[in-house]
Amino acid sequence: MSLLLAPFMLRAALAALGVALAAAPLGAFVVWRRMAYFGDAISHGAMLGVALALAASLPVFWGVLAVTLVLALAVAALAGRGVPVDTLLGVAAHGALALGLVAVSFVPGVRIDLMAYLFGDVLAVGGADLALIWAGAALLLGLVAWRWRALLLSAVDEDLAIASGLSPRRERLTLMLALALLVAFSLKVVGALLVSALLILPAAAARPLARGPGRMVAAAMAIGAASALGGLALAALADSPAAPSIVSLATLAFLLTHGLDSLRRRGDCQRGQ
Amino acid sequence: MSLIRVRGLSVSLGGRRVLEGVDLAIAPGEIVTIVGPNGSGKSTLLRALIGALAPAAGTIERQGGLRLGYVPQKLALDPSLPLKVRHFLDLPRPVSPGERARALDEAGAGGLEERQLAALSGGQLQRVLLARALLGRPQLLLLDEATQGLDQPAAANFYRRIEALRERTGAAILMVSHELHVVMSASDRVICLNGHVCCVGKPEQVASAPEYRALFGTGTGGALALYRHEHDHAHDHDHHGEQAP
Repeated sequence: MSLLLAPFMLRAALAALGVALAAAPLGAFVVWRRMAYFGDAISHGAMLGVALALAASLPVFWGVLAVTLVLALAVAALAGRGVPVDTLLGVAAHGALALGLVAVSFVPGVRIDLMAYLFGDVLAVGGADLALIWAGAALLLGLVAWRWRALLLSAVDEDLAIASGLSPRRERLTLMLALALLVAFSLKVVGALLVSALLILPAAAARPLARGPGRMVAAAMAIGAASALGGLALAALADSPAAPSIVSLATLAFLLTHGLDSLRRRGDCQRGQ
Repeated sequence: MSLIRVRGLSVSLGGRRVLEGVDLAIAPGEIVTIVGPNGSGKSTLLRALIGALAPAAGTIERQGGLRLGYVPQKLALDPSLPLKVRHFLDLPRPVSPGERARALDEAGAGGLEERQLAALSGGQLQRVLLARALLGRPQLLLLDEATQGLDQPAAANFYRRIEALRERTGAAILMVSHELHVVMSASDRVICLNGHVCCVGKPEQVASAPEYRALFGTGTGGALALYRHEHDHAHDHDHHGEQAP
Protein backbone atom coordinates (compact mmCIF):
# COMPACT_ATOMS: atom_id res chain seq x y z
CA MET A 1 0.00 0.00 0.00
CA SER A 2 2.86 2.36 0.74
CA LEU A 3 3.54 2.33 -3.00
CA LEU A 4 0.40 4.40 -3.50
CA LEU A 5 1.90 7.22 -1.42
CA ALA A 6 5.34 7.25 -3.02
CA PRO A 7 6.29 10.63 -4.56
CA PHE A 8 6.42 9.22 -8.08
CA MET A 9 2.89 7.86 -7.63
CA LEU A 10 1.69 11.25 -6.48
CA ARG A 11 3.24 12.89 -9.53
CA ALA A 12 1.71 10.22 -11.76
CA ALA A 13 -1.71 10.77 -10.19
CA LEU A 14 -1.53 14.55 -10.66
CA ALA A 15 -0.37 14.12 -14.26
CA ALA A 16 -3.12 11.64 -15.15
CA LEU A 17 -5.70 13.82 -13.41
CA GLY A 18 -4.62 16.89 -15.36
CA VAL A 19 -4.83 15.07 -18.69
CA ALA A 20 -8.20 13.50 -17.85
CA LEU A 21 -9.73 16.84 -16.84
CA ALA A 22 -8.48 18.61 -19.96
CA ALA A 23 -9.46 15.76 -22.29
CA ALA A 24 -13.08 15.50 -21.09
CA PRO A 25 -14.56 18.72 -22.55
CA LEU A 26 -12.62 18.35 -25.80
CA GLY A 27 -13.77 14.73 -25.94
CA ALA A 28 -17.39 15.84 -25.61
CA PHE A 29 -17.04 18.08 -28.66
CA VAL A 30 -15.22 15.32 -30.56
CA VAL A 31 -18.16 12.97 -29.85
CA TRP A 32 -20.82 15.60 -30.67
CA ARG A 33 -19.15 16.51 -33.93
CA ARG A 34 -18.40 12.91 -34.89
CA MET A 35 -14.71 13.66 -35.07
CA ALA A 36 -13.55 10.54 -33.20
CA TYR A 37 -11.28 9.52 -36.04
CA PHE A 38 -9.72 12.96 -36.03
CA GLY A 39 -8.38 12.37 -32.50
CA ASP A 40 -6.81 9.15 -33.77
CA ALA A 41 -5.17 10.88 -36.70
CA ILE A 42 -3.59 13.57 -34.54
CA SER A 43 -2.42 11.24 -31.80
CA HIS A 44 -0.89 8.75 -34.22
CA GLY A 45 0.83 11.62 -35.95
CA ALA A 46 2.53 12.30 -32.62
CA MET A 47 4.94 9.41 -33.32
CA LEU A 48 6.32 11.32 -36.29
CA GLY A 49 6.81 14.27 -33.94
CA VAL A 50 8.74 12.07 -31.51
CA ALA A 51 11.05 10.91 -34.30
CA LEU A 52 11.69 14.40 -35.63
CA ALA A 53 12.33 15.80 -32.15
CA LEU A 54 14.85 13.07 -31.37
CA ALA A 55 16.58 13.54 -34.72
CA ALA A 56 16.85 17.29 -34.15
CA SER A 57 17.73 16.92 -30.44
CA LEU A 58 14.72 19.01 -29.46
CA PRO A 59 12.43 18.40 -26.50
CA VAL A 60 9.86 15.76 -27.52
CA PHE A 61 6.97 18.05 -26.53
CA TRP A 62 7.85 20.65 -29.15
CA GLY A 63 8.42 18.09 -31.88
CA VAL A 64 5.07 16.48 -31.18
CA LEU A 65 3.27 19.82 -30.93
CA ALA A 66 4.72 20.97 -34.26
CA VAL A 67 3.72 17.80 -36.10
CA THR A 68 0.23 17.56 -34.57
CA LEU A 69 -0.44 21.24 -35.34
CA VAL A 70 0.66 20.81 -38.96
CA LEU A 71 -1.43 17.65 -39.23
CA ALA A 72 -4.51 19.38 -37.76
CA LEU A 73 -4.15 22.33 -40.15
CA ALA A 74 -3.54 20.06 -43.13
CA VAL A 75 -6.60 17.92 -42.44
CA ALA A 76 -8.71 21.03 -41.82
CA ALA A 77 -7.55 22.52 -45.12
CA LEU A 78 -7.99 19.35 -47.15
CA ALA A 79 -11.39 18.40 -45.71
CA GLY A 80 -14.19 19.16 -48.13
CA ARG A 81 -12.01 19.06 -51.25
CA GLY A 82 -13.14 15.86 -52.86
CA VAL A 83 -11.54 13.16 -50.70
CA PRO A 84 -14.00 12.00 -48.04
CA VAL A 85 -12.92 13.15 -44.57
CA ASP A 86 -12.84 9.67 -43.00
CA THR A 87 -10.60 8.40 -45.79
CA LEU A 88 -8.36 11.43 -45.37
CA LEU A 89 -8.11 10.86 -41.61
CA GLY A 90 -7.37 7.15 -42.10
CA VAL A 91 -4.51 8.04 -44.42
CA ALA A 92 -3.19 10.72 -42.06
CA ALA A 93 -3.46 8.52 -38.93
CA HIS A 94 -1.80 5.39 -40.21
CA GLY A 95 0.55 7.13 -42.59
CA ALA A 96 1.92 9.37 -39.85
CA LEU A 97 2.21 6.52 -37.34
CA ALA A 98 4.04 4.26 -39.78
CA LEU A 99 6.28 7.06 -41.02
CA GLY A 100 7.03 7.96 -37.40
CA LEU A 101 7.99 4.39 -36.49
CA VAL A 102 10.22 4.09 -39.56
CA ALA A 103 11.81 7.47 -38.90
CA VAL A 104 12.48 6.62 -35.24
CA SER A 105 14.40 3.50 -36.30
CA PHE A 106 16.77 5.66 -38.36
CA VAL A 107 17.60 8.12 -35.59
CA PRO A 108 21.30 7.38 -35.04
CA GLY A 109 22.82 6.68 -31.65
CA VAL A 110 19.56 6.82 -29.77
CA ARG A 111 18.07 3.70 -28.33
CA ILE A 112 14.61 4.75 -27.38
CA ASP A 113 11.92 2.89 -25.60
CA LEU A 114 9.19 2.87 -28.24
CA MET A 115 6.69 1.43 -25.78
CA ALA A 116 7.06 4.55 -23.64
CA TYR A 117 5.82 6.73 -26.50
CA LEU A 118 3.15 4.34 -27.75
CA PHE A 119 1.65 3.58 -24.34
CA GLY A 120 3.01 6.37 -22.17
CA ASP A 121 5.17 6.19 -19.08
CA VAL A 122 3.14 7.99 -16.46
CA LEU A 123 5.19 6.62 -13.57
CA ALA A 124 8.26 8.40 -14.93
CA VAL A 125 6.63 11.84 -14.99
CA GLY A 126 8.88 14.53 -13.51
CA GLY A 127 8.18 17.92 -11.99
CA ALA A 128 8.72 19.77 -15.29
CA ASP A 129 6.34 17.40 -17.11
CA LEU A 130 3.76 18.01 -14.43
CA ALA A 131 4.02 21.78 -14.76
CA LEU A 132 3.63 21.46 -18.55
CA ILE A 133 0.58 19.22 -18.22
CA TRP A 134 -1.23 21.49 -15.79
CA ALA A 135 -0.35 24.65 -17.70
CA GLY A 136 -1.70 23.00 -20.86
CA ALA A 137 -4.80 21.72 -19.09
CA ALA A 138 -5.54 25.17 -17.63
CA LEU A 139 -5.10 26.72 -21.09
CA LEU A 140 -7.47 24.22 -22.73
CA LEU A 141 -10.14 24.45 -20.03
CA GLY A 142 -9.95 28.25 -20.20
CA LEU A 143 -10.26 28.14 -23.99
CA VAL A 144 -13.34 25.88 -23.92
CA ALA A 145 -14.98 28.00 -21.21
CA TRP A 146 -14.31 31.17 -23.19
CA ARG A 147 -15.62 29.82 -26.52
CA TRP A 148 -18.29 27.55 -24.96
CA ARG A 149 -21.44 28.96 -26.58
CA ALA A 150 -19.82 29.51 -29.95
CA LEU A 151 -18.34 26.00 -29.97
CA LEU A 152 -21.65 24.54 -28.86
CA LEU A 153 -23.82 26.34 -31.44
CA SER A 154 -21.37 25.35 -34.18
CA ALA A 155 -21.68 21.73 -33.03
CA VAL A 156 -25.50 21.96 -33.04
CA ASP A 157 -25.83 23.40 -36.53
CA GLU A 158 -23.25 25.27 -38.60
CA ASP A 159 -25.79 27.25 -40.64
CA LEU A 160 -27.47 28.52 -37.46
CA ALA A 161 -24.05 29.57 -36.16
CA ILE A 162 -23.36 31.49 -39.38
CA ALA A 163 -26.76 33.16 -39.26
CA SER A 164 -25.92 34.26 -35.70
CA GLY A 165 -22.74 35.92 -36.94
CA LEU A 166 -20.33 33.22 -35.76
CA SER A 167 -17.74 31.44 -37.86
CA PRO A 168 -18.10 27.65 -37.48
CA ARG A 169 -14.93 27.23 -39.52
CA ARG A 170 -12.99 29.17 -36.89
CA GLU A 171 -14.59 27.19 -34.04
CA ARG A 172 -13.71 23.93 -35.78
CA LEU A 173 -10.13 25.10 -36.20
CA THR A 174 -10.01 26.13 -32.52
CA LEU A 175 -11.08 22.64 -31.57
CA MET A 176 -8.51 20.99 -33.83
CA LEU A 177 -5.65 23.13 -32.50
CA ALA A 178 -6.80 22.40 -28.93
CA LEU A 179 -6.67 18.67 -29.73
CA ALA A 180 -3.15 19.02 -31.09
CA LEU A 181 -2.06 20.72 -27.87
CA LEU A 182 -3.75 18.05 -25.74
CA VAL A 183 -2.00 15.24 -27.60
CA ALA A 184 1.38 16.97 -27.24
CA PHE A 185 1.22 17.37 -23.48
CA SER A 186 -0.48 14.08 -22.66
CA LEU A 187 1.80 11.85 -24.76
CA LYS A 188 3.95 10.97 -21.75
CA VAL A 189 0.93 10.01 -19.65
CA VAL A 190 -1.14 7.81 -21.98
CA GLY A 191 1.01 7.47 -25.09
CA ALA A 192 0.18 7.94 -28.76
CA LEU A 193 -2.05 4.90 -29.10
CA LEU A 194 -4.33 5.65 -26.15
CA VAL A 195 -4.67 9.45 -26.15
CA SER A 196 -7.80 9.38 -28.26
CA ALA A 197 -9.28 6.68 -25.99
CA LEU A 198 -9.01 9.01 -23.02
CA LEU A 199 -10.58 11.70 -25.19
CA ILE A 200 -13.61 9.76 -26.35
CA LEU A 201 -14.40 7.16 -23.69
CA PRO A 202 -15.25 9.42 -20.72
CA ALA A 203 -17.46 11.64 -22.89
CA ALA A 204 -19.23 8.65 -24.43
CA ALA A 205 -19.67 7.08 -20.99
CA ALA A 206 -21.15 10.34 -19.69
CA ARG A 207 -23.81 10.62 -22.41
CA PRO A 208 -26.57 8.52 -20.75
CA LEU A 209 -26.03 10.38 -17.45
CA ALA A 210 -26.59 13.88 -18.81
CA ARG A 211 -29.61 15.91 -19.96
CA GLY A 212 -27.57 18.96 -20.92
CA PRO A 213 -24.20 19.72 -22.55
CA GLY A 214 -22.62 21.28 -19.43
CA ARG A 215 -23.65 18.30 -17.33
CA MET A 216 -22.24 15.93 -19.90
CA VAL A 217 -18.86 17.66 -19.74
CA ALA A 218 -18.92 17.61 -15.92
CA ALA A 219 -19.81 13.90 -15.89
CA ALA A 220 -17.08 13.18 -18.45
CA MET A 221 -14.55 15.00 -16.25
CA ALA A 222 -15.65 12.97 -13.21
CA ILE A 223 -15.48 9.66 -15.11
CA GLY A 224 -12.12 10.58 -16.65
CA ALA A 225 -10.66 11.58 -13.27
CA ALA A 226 -11.97 8.43 -11.57
CA SER A 227 -10.58 6.24 -14.37
CA ALA A 228 -7.20 7.98 -14.17
CA LEU A 229 -6.84 7.59 -10.40
CA GLY A 230 -8.40 4.11 -10.34
CA GLY A 231 -6.18 2.94 -13.20
CA LEU A 232 -3.05 4.15 -11.42
CA ALA A 233 -4.10 2.45 -8.19
CA LEU A 234 -4.67 -0.73 -10.17
CA ALA A 235 -1.23 -0.36 -11.73
CA ALA A 236 0.39 0.07 -8.32
CA LEU A 237 -1.48 -2.76 -6.60
CA ALA A 238 -1.70 -5.34 -9.39
CA ASP A 239 1.40 -4.25 -11.32
CA SER A 240 -0.62 -3.78 -14.52
CA PRO A 241 0.53 -1.31 -17.19
CA ALA A 242 -0.68 2.14 -16.13
CA ALA A 243 -2.17 3.76 -19.26
CA PRO A 244 -3.98 0.62 -20.46
CA SER A 245 -5.41 0.22 -16.93
CA ILE A 246 -6.77 3.78 -17.07
CA VAL A 247 -8.34 3.21 -20.47
CA SER A 248 -9.76 -0.16 -19.37
CA LEU A 249 -11.54 1.49 -16.45
CA ALA A 250 -12.96 4.18 -18.75
CA THR A 251 -14.20 1.41 -21.06
CA LEU A 252 -15.81 -0.30 -18.08
CA ALA A 253 -17.54 2.98 -17.19
CA PHE A 254 -18.85 3.22 -20.76
CA LEU A 255 -20.26 -0.33 -20.66
CA LEU A 256 -21.78 0.31 -17.25
CA THR A 257 -23.58 3.58 -18.03
CA HIS A 258 -24.86 2.37 -21.39
CA GLY A 259 -25.90 -1.01 -19.97
CA LEU A 260 -27.81 0.60 -17.12
CA ASP A 261 -29.39 3.05 -19.55
CA SER A 262 -30.73 0.32 -21.82
CA LEU A 263 -32.08 -1.57 -18.76
CA ARG A 264 -33.81 1.63 -17.63
CA ARG A 265 -35.33 2.16 -21.09
CA ARG A 266 -36.61 -1.40 -21.17
CA GLY A 267 -38.18 -0.84 -17.73
CA ASP A 268 -39.85 2.34 -19.02
CA CYS A 269 -41.37 0.43 -21.94
CA GLN A 270 -42.73 -2.33 -19.76
CA ARG A 271 -44.25 0.13 -17.31
CA GLY A 272 -45.72 2.03 -20.22
CA GLN A 273 -47.70 -0.98 -21.44
CA MET B 1 -34.20 51.23 -48.77
CA SER B 2 -33.94 47.46 -48.93
CA LEU B 3 -32.96 45.27 -46.00
CA ILE B 4 -31.09 43.00 -48.35
CA ARG B 5 -30.33 43.37 -52.03
CA VAL B 6 -29.11 40.58 -54.29
CA ARG B 7 -27.69 41.37 -57.72
CA GLY B 8 -26.84 38.82 -60.36
CA LEU B 9 -26.29 36.08 -57.79
CA SER B 10 -24.91 32.76 -59.03
CA VAL B 11 -24.08 29.90 -56.69
CA SER B 12 -22.36 26.60 -57.52
CA LEU B 13 -22.53 23.47 -55.38
CA GLY B 14 -19.98 20.75 -56.10
CA GLY B 15 -19.24 22.20 -59.53
CA ARG B 16 -22.91 22.40 -60.52
CA ARG B 17 -24.49 25.81 -61.08
CA VAL B 18 -27.54 25.82 -58.81
CA LEU B 19 -28.48 29.48 -59.04
CA GLU B 20 -27.87 31.76 -62.02
CA GLY B 21 -28.26 35.53 -62.18
CA VAL B 22 -30.77 35.95 -59.36
CA ASP B 23 -31.89 39.51 -58.52
CA LEU B 24 -33.87 40.09 -55.36
CA ALA B 25 -34.54 42.90 -52.91
CA ILE B 26 -36.54 42.79 -49.71
CA ALA B 27 -38.09 45.90 -48.19
CA PRO B 28 -38.83 46.30 -44.47
CA GLY B 29 -42.07 44.61 -43.39
CA GLU B 30 -42.54 42.76 -46.66
CA ILE B 31 -43.64 39.13 -46.85
CA VAL B 32 -42.07 37.38 -49.83
CA THR B 33 -42.64 33.75 -50.72
CA ILE B 34 -40.34 31.84 -53.03
CA VAL B 35 -41.90 28.86 -54.75
CA GLY B 36 -40.14 26.36 -56.91
CA PRO B 37 -39.91 22.63 -57.50
CA ASN B 38 -37.50 20.40 -55.58
CA GLY B 39 -33.91 21.13 -56.57
CA SER B 40 -34.75 24.60 -57.87
CA GLY B 41 -32.23 26.28 -55.56
CA LYS B 42 -34.61 27.67 -52.91
CA SER B 43 -32.64 26.47 -49.88
CA THR B 44 -29.39 27.35 -51.63
CA LEU B 45 -30.64 30.92 -52.03
CA LEU B 46 -31.46 31.18 -48.31
CA ARG B 47 -28.08 29.72 -47.35
CA ALA B 48 -26.36 32.25 -49.60
CA LEU B 49 -28.36 35.05 -47.94
CA ILE B 50 -27.21 34.05 -44.44
CA GLY B 51 -23.63 33.84 -45.66
CA ALA B 52 -23.20 30.06 -45.49
CA LEU B 53 -22.47 29.82 -49.22
CA ALA B 54 -20.18 32.13 -51.12
CA PRO B 55 -21.50 33.54 -54.41
CA ALA B 56 -19.78 32.33 -57.57
CA ALA B 57 -20.84 35.61 -59.10
CA GLY B 58 -22.92 38.62 -58.12
CA THR B 59 -23.31 40.48 -54.84
CA ILE B 60 -25.40 40.31 -51.67
CA GLU B 61 -25.69 43.64 -49.89
CA ARG B 62 -27.12 43.81 -46.41
CA GLN B 63 -28.32 46.95 -44.71
CA GLY B 64 -25.70 47.86 -42.09
CA GLY B 65 -26.29 46.01 -38.81
CA LEU B 66 -29.14 43.96 -40.25
CA ARG B 67 -30.55 41.50 -37.70
CA LEU B 68 -31.26 38.19 -39.43
CA GLY B 69 -33.38 35.37 -38.08
CA TYR B 70 -32.94 32.00 -39.77
CA VAL B 71 -35.28 29.03 -39.40
CA PRO B 72 -33.75 26.02 -41.20
CA GLN B 73 -35.70 23.00 -42.41
CA LYS B 74 -34.08 20.75 -39.83
CA LEU B 75 -31.09 20.65 -37.51
CA ALA B 76 -27.85 18.75 -38.01
CA LEU B 77 -27.93 17.96 -34.26
CA ASP B 78 -26.20 14.69 -33.34
CA PRO B 79 -28.11 12.53 -30.82
CA SER B 80 -24.93 12.26 -28.75
CA LEU B 81 -25.42 15.92 -27.78
CA PRO B 82 -27.97 16.26 -24.96
CA LEU B 83 -29.70 19.61 -25.33
CA LYS B 84 -32.89 20.90 -23.74
CA VAL B 85 -34.91 23.56 -25.51
CA ARG B 86 -33.86 26.14 -22.92
CA HIS B 87 -30.16 25.34 -23.48
CA PHE B 88 -30.71 25.75 -27.22
CA LEU B 89 -32.39 29.14 -26.79
CA ASP B 90 -29.35 30.30 -24.76
CA LEU B 91 -27.16 30.00 -27.86
CA PRO B 92 -25.28 32.06 -28.78
CA ARG B 93 -26.33 34.51 -26.05
CA PRO B 94 -27.95 33.63 -22.71
CA VAL B 95 -31.49 35.03 -22.33
CA SER B 96 -33.61 35.63 -19.23
CA PRO B 97 -36.35 33.11 -18.37
CA GLY B 98 -38.94 35.82 -19.10
CA GLU B 99 -37.60 36.53 -22.58
CA ARG B 100 -37.41 32.82 -23.25
CA ALA B 101 -41.00 32.15 -22.22
CA ARG B 102 -42.25 35.12 -24.31
CA ALA B 103 -40.45 33.93 -27.44
CA LEU B 104 -41.72 30.38 -27.01
CA ASP B 105 -45.29 31.59 -26.47
CA GLU B 106 -45.12 33.83 -29.49
CA ALA B 107 -43.89 30.92 -31.63
CA GLY B 108 -46.59 28.61 -30.24
CA ALA B 109 -44.04 26.48 -28.40
CA GLY B 110 -44.91 27.49 -24.83
CA GLY B 111 -44.01 25.01 -22.09
CA LEU B 112 -41.36 23.13 -24.07
CA GLU B 113 -38.36 24.55 -22.12
CA GLU B 114 -37.41 21.30 -20.41
CA ARG B 115 -37.90 18.99 -23.39
CA GLN B 116 -34.92 17.45 -25.18
CA LEU B 117 -34.47 19.06 -28.59
CA ALA B 118 -33.86 15.67 -30.24
CA ALA B 119 -37.18 14.31 -28.89
CA LEU B 120 -39.42 17.02 -30.38
CA SER B 121 -41.85 16.33 -33.20
CA GLY B 122 -41.27 18.07 -36.53
CA GLY B 123 -43.85 20.74 -35.82
CA GLN B 124 -42.57 21.38 -32.29
CA LEU B 125 -38.98 21.68 -33.52
CA GLN B 126 -40.13 24.10 -36.21
CA ARG B 127 -41.77 26.34 -33.59
CA VAL B 128 -38.75 26.15 -31.25
CA LEU B 129 -36.50 27.16 -34.16
CA LEU B 130 -38.85 30.08 -34.80
CA ALA B 131 -38.72 31.04 -31.11
CA ARG B 132 -34.92 31.05 -31.19
CA ALA B 133 -34.94 33.24 -34.30
CA LEU B 134 -37.35 35.68 -32.60
CA LEU B 135 -35.00 36.11 -29.60
CA GLY B 136 -32.62 37.99 -31.91
CA ARG B 137 -35.43 40.54 -32.67
CA PRO B 138 -34.91 40.02 -36.41
CA GLN B 139 -35.62 42.69 -39.02
CA LEU B 140 -35.62 39.94 -41.61
CA LEU B 141 -36.82 36.42 -40.92
CA LEU B 142 -35.81 33.62 -43.32
CA LEU B 143 -37.94 30.48 -43.21
CA ASP B 144 -36.94 27.34 -45.09
CA GLU B 145 -39.88 25.03 -45.87
CA ALA B 146 -41.37 25.95 -42.51
CA THR B 147 -44.59 24.03 -43.06
CA GLN B 148 -43.06 20.83 -44.37
CA GLY B 149 -44.48 17.85 -42.52
CA LEU B 150 -47.32 19.87 -41.02
CA ASP B 151 -50.90 18.93 -41.84
CA GLN B 152 -53.15 21.47 -43.51
CA PRO B 153 -54.71 23.11 -40.42
CA ALA B 154 -51.29 23.28 -38.73
CA ALA B 155 -49.74 24.87 -41.81
CA ALA B 156 -52.55 27.43 -42.04
CA ASN B 157 -52.10 28.10 -38.34
CA PHE B 158 -48.37 28.61 -38.85
CA TYR B 159 -48.98 31.11 -41.65
CA ARG B 160 -51.43 33.07 -39.51
CA ARG B 161 -48.79 33.18 -36.78
CA ILE B 162 -46.23 34.57 -39.25
CA GLU B 163 -48.69 37.20 -40.43
CA ALA B 164 -49.43 38.26 -36.85
CA LEU B 165 -45.72 38.44 -36.21
CA ARG B 166 -45.21 40.81 -39.10
CA GLU B 167 -48.08 42.98 -37.88
CA ARG B 168 -46.62 43.17 -34.39
CA THR B 169 -42.87 43.49 -35.05
CA GLY B 170 -42.74 44.88 -38.57
CA ALA B 171 -40.18 42.25 -39.51
CA ALA B 172 -39.80 41.37 -43.17
CA ILE B 173 -40.30 37.70 -43.93
CA LEU B 174 -38.80 35.64 -46.71
CA MET B 175 -39.95 32.07 -46.92
CA VAL B 176 -39.50 29.26 -49.37
CA SER B 177 -41.97 26.53 -50.13
CA HIS B 178 -42.54 23.78 -52.62
CA GLU B 179 -46.13 23.39 -51.52
CA LEU B 180 -47.76 25.49 -54.18
CA HIS B 181 -51.30 24.83 -53.18
CA VAL B 182 -50.84 26.61 -49.85
CA VAL B 183 -48.99 29.78 -50.67
CA MET B 184 -49.88 32.43 -48.16
CA SER B 185 -52.58 34.84 -49.10
CA ALA B 186 -50.65 37.44 -47.14
CA SER B 187 -47.59 37.28 -49.38
CA ASP B 188 -46.89 40.67 -50.84
CA ARG B 189 -44.86 39.02 -53.55
CA VAL B 190 -44.35 35.54 -54.85
CA ILE B 191 -41.13 34.68 -56.62
CA CYS B 192 -41.13 31.67 -58.84
CA LEU B 193 -37.66 30.11 -58.83
CA ASN B 194 -36.08 27.38 -60.89
CA GLY B 195 -32.34 28.02 -60.83
CA HIS B 196 -33.20 31.55 -61.93
CA VAL B 197 -36.14 33.85 -61.27
CA CYS B 198 -38.93 32.73 -63.62
CA CYS B 199 -41.53 35.27 -62.61
CA VAL B 200 -42.38 37.69 -59.82
CA GLY B 201 -45.61 39.30 -58.69
CA LYS B 202 -48.62 39.30 -56.45
CA PRO B 203 -49.84 35.77 -55.69
CA GLU B 204 -52.69 36.02 -58.19
CA GLN B 205 -50.47 37.48 -60.91
CA VAL B 206 -47.92 34.72 -60.56
CA ALA B 207 -50.64 32.11 -60.64
CA SER B 208 -51.68 33.19 -64.11
CA ALA B 209 -48.17 33.82 -65.45
CA PRO B 210 -47.21 31.54 -68.36
CA GLU B 211 -43.76 30.93 -66.77
CA TYR B 212 -45.44 29.62 -63.65
CA ARG B 213 -47.73 27.36 -65.64
CA ALA B 214 -44.79 26.04 -67.63
CA LEU B 215 -43.03 25.17 -64.41
CA PHE B 216 -45.87 23.71 -62.44
CA GLY B 217 -48.37 22.83 -65.10
CA THR B 218 -52.06 23.20 -64.50
CA GLY B 219 -52.16 20.55 -61.80
CA THR B 220 -53.43 23.10 -59.33
CA GLY B 221 -55.92 24.39 -61.87
CA GLY B 222 -53.54 27.27 -62.54
CA ALA B 223 -54.63 28.93 -59.33
CA LEU B 224 -52.88 29.23 -56.02
CA ALA B 225 -55.26 27.72 -53.54
CA LEU B 226 -55.04 29.81 -50.45
CA TYR B 227 -55.36 27.77 -47.28
CA ARG B 228 -57.19 25.18 -49.34
CA HIS B 229 -56.07 21.69 -50.04
CA GLU B 230 -56.56 19.68 -53.18
CA HIS B 231 -56.03 15.96 -53.12
CA ASP B 232 -56.42 15.28 -56.79
CA HIS B 233 -53.06 16.30 -58.21
CA ALA B 234 -49.61 14.77 -58.23
CA HIS B 235 -47.06 16.05 -55.72
CA ASP B 236 -44.11 15.13 -57.87
CA HIS B 237 -42.95 18.32 -59.50
CA ASP B 238 -39.52 17.06 -60.51
CA HIS B 239 -40.32 16.22 -64.11
CA HIS B 240 -41.43 19.77 -64.78
CA GLY B 241 -37.85 20.96 -64.29
CA GLU B 242 -36.97 19.60 -67.73
CA GLN B 243 -39.40 21.92 -69.39
CA ALA B 244 -37.85 24.98 -67.86
CA PRO B 245 -35.94 27.28 -70.21
